[in-house]
Amino acid sequence: MSEALSVVAHPALEVQGVTKRFGDVLANEDVDFRIERGRVHALLGENGAGKSTLVNIIFGLYQADSGEVRRNGEVVHLNGPRDAIDSRIGMVHQHFQLVPVLTVAENVVLGDEPTRRGVVDLDEAASVVRGLAERFGLDIDPWVRVEDLPIGLQQRVEILRALYREVDILILDEPTAVLTPQETGHLLEVLRGLADTGVAVLFITHKLREVMAVADEITVMRRGRVVGHTVPADTDESDLASMMVGRPVELRLKRTPASPGEKMLTVVDLVVNDDRQTQALNGINLDVCAGEVVGVAGVEGNGQRELVEAVTGLRDVISGSVILDGEEIAGRSPRQISTMGVAHIPEDREKFGLIGAHTVADNMVLNRYHHRPYSRHGIRRPAAVDDEATRLVEEFDVRPPNIAAMVATLSGGNKQKVVAAREFSHESKVMIAAQPTRGIDIGNIEFIHRRLIEYRDAGMAILLVSAELDEVLGLADRVAVIYGGRIVAFESVDGMDRDRVGRLMLSGTDG
Amino acid sequence: MSNLFTRYRWVILTILVFVFVTLFTAEFQQAQTTAVLASALRQSTPLVLGALCGVMCERSGVVNIGIEGQMLLSAFVGFMVASATGSLIAGIIAGMATGALMGASLAGLSVTLQGDQIIAGTVLNIAAFGISSYFFQQGLTLPSGKTPQVSLGPLADLPVIGRVFFINRPLTYLSLILIWVVWFVLFRTRWGLWTRSVGEVPSAAETVGISVARVRYTNLIAGGCLAGLGGAYLSLEAVGSFERMMTNGRGFVALAVMIFGRWNPIGIWGAALLFGYASAVQTQLQFRGWLADDPQFIGMIPYVVCIIVLAGFVGRARPPAAIGQPYSRE
Repeated sequence: MSEALSVVAHPALEVQGVTKRFGDVLANEDVDFRIERGRVHALLGENGAGKSTLVNIIFGLYQADSGEVRRNGEVVHLNGPRDAIDSRIGMVHQHFQLVPVLTVAENVVLGDEPTRRGVVDLDEAASVVRGLAERFGLDIDPWVRVEDLPIGLQQRVEILRALYREVDILILDEPTAVLTPQETGHLLEVLRGLADTGVAVLFITHKLREVMAVADEITVMRRGRVVGHTVPADTDESDLASMMVGRPVELRLKRTPASPGEKMLTVVDLVVNDDRQTQALNGINLDVCAGEVVGVAGVEGNGQRELVEAVTGLRDVISGSVILDGEEIAGRSPRQISTMGVAHIPEDREKFGLIGAHTVADNMVLNRYHHRPYSRHGIRRPAAVDDEATRLVEEFDVRPPNIAAMVATLSGGNKQKVVAAREFSHESKVMIAAQPTRGIDIGNIEFIHRRLIEYRDAGMAILLVSAELDEVLGLADRVAVIYGGRIVAFESVDGMDRDRVGRLMLSGTDG
Repeated sequence: MSNLFTRYRWVILTILVFVFVTLFTAEFQQAQTTAVLASALRQSTPLVLGALCGVMCERSGVVNIGIEGQMLLSAFVGFMVASATGSLIAGIIAGMATGALMGASLAGLSVTLQGDQIIAGTVLNIAAFGISSYFFQQGLTLPSGKTPQVSLGPLADLPVIGRVFFINRPLTYLSLILIWVVWFVLFRTRWGLWTRSVGEVPSAAETVGISVARVRYTNLIAGGCLAGLGGAYLSLEAVGSFERMMTNGRGFVALAVMIFGRWNPIGIWGAALLFGYASAVQTQLQFRGWLADDPQFIGMIPYVVCIIVLAGFVGRARPPAAIGQPYSRE
């Protein structure tokens, strides 16, 4: 700490004129950037804006083509994570870099183990972990295997690992992407506490609310360049969004009140088990009318996934019924349900929505390739598929507009557009949209939201399941809050504000 | 404690049955029982060494199906060197060096060049067979004879156990020690923790500053030494000469032993003893003239045991997660 005091004049880390090129792609172009001790610095930008490249340069995983990185005023050359660790830079990775079969203590000390006569001293490691956990409010059992921990606690292990190395710069790459709202709140508190002890915190995100809540400084990147630097007091969310995207963005969709028609989807006393065969839905009642959006809000793991899977035929219904426009669909196969008029944007698009190794064109007709005009007498007609795919790619603005490209090569947002294009174009009565904007850019989020509202206005019944409270409140006409496998509130969005829904999500009551 | 008992109840049960049967037979036929058990230990030694090689490699995330080749070529080179120099120690060291060199080439192919590990291992097997067959000369002998038998003083006088465990040749003793050494390294030392993390999630190891390439190279070379020792055991301790294909599939059985032993040296020892015992029983039955017209059926016993064990008991074993995948930073 005393050395830190002696170099107070210099920022903890300064990046000057850094340029990094991958083949033809300019990932970072002349980036200037600095982080100060004791501050939370948010680095904001869309996917592909160059945030990760910049951070990987700071952490020594990549080497810059030109420009320099200064640590406390001195130029440093980091040739790998070891150098970064020795230079007291720590990183919490977006995809956790933990060994699941090892214990918390083992993961924390890995690479810098305390030893006694050549033997790794696990008792010492555990007591160090306990000490750190207590000091920073990150309570955890050091003897548990990491694979047995929920995601939120796994992230703690990553943070503790950095703290164990006494970092004075802590980088967090999209740390809240996997957290529930209350876990996010706690994490932001921890970060604030860390900054107060003098650590420079670099927080990478695309969630504007969090930036406004916790950051002392904000740097925005777009297309490999730094396009703005500001402080929360001088800006607001829509300002930041415009900076990120490079054009004005509507964060809150303007929409007219719904004019709901007949009930299209009715769920009655639905009981469904989860994968471990324990009851996940304890008799749910829900209905969606033509021309309205019903939003299901809830902390993940309260039965949303099972609800979506039961309605789309992916999960067995134990009892109760699901009625689509007067017809029972519980117990039917996913293909029958799809053909009868239920479209589905699945939560996990990579696993359930797309075939990565197939072309965009084939993925566009995955739910109807066996019907005319895409097949005739059991033989596929590629020309018809290509025509349809070309039309949809244009209509949904899929980039690059190449129907022969493998879907796996597209960005997350464009993959989601392919799923959305296919599902919306199927002339369905009901759309089940599960986490439709998870992990995609603001620009694409806006696009998907606009589409959802357009199809609502055209008379489709939309069931929106989302972990993003803002998304539910912004799009839904009626909101159902799910808690512990029950619907604890189901009413018009007008009576629902963020606080009340939050309380319902966390405790099941709004008292 | 009760948790340990439920977890290992099958192992404990097997050991109890085995001890009971042994005591029972020893009551009537002490000489034969002792002979079978001593033979079981001898037969298990090359399997132990081969499987320890496998565990070093696989715990760091590299599949090594070239153990057979490593043992074969080491047996050959060890024998040639011992035959030419007259020194068994020189032969053993040459055998280990051969294994290590082959381990290094496997590392070169699979870590540096990021090739397919199965193909790289197959290359080792084919190369070892070709080289040892091509350069093999009939009629060479060991001027010094096989490695000598060493009795461990009063321990050797214990009934049954003394004859089985405490009158043996040096490499057998060494392999018994190495089981515990490898276990200690893997589960108690810093290097072991690094090895296991590299074998599970190499990118996690890399981000805390552990060099995946260095860990894998070191383990493949160290494993190669162990397999080389197994080869030297065959030509210099068990037989006292070299024959074409003398490993006779032991390198592959060692892989099965490693899996049955759940990538744990102590489990490996148990598994190797089981296979060794099956082999010893087979030899004893042939010796007694059972099914003398069709000895092939008796000869099958160890391999049938191998298949049954692998098919029946290994279901729950979990290999290291990153196994078989070349690692690169991007």
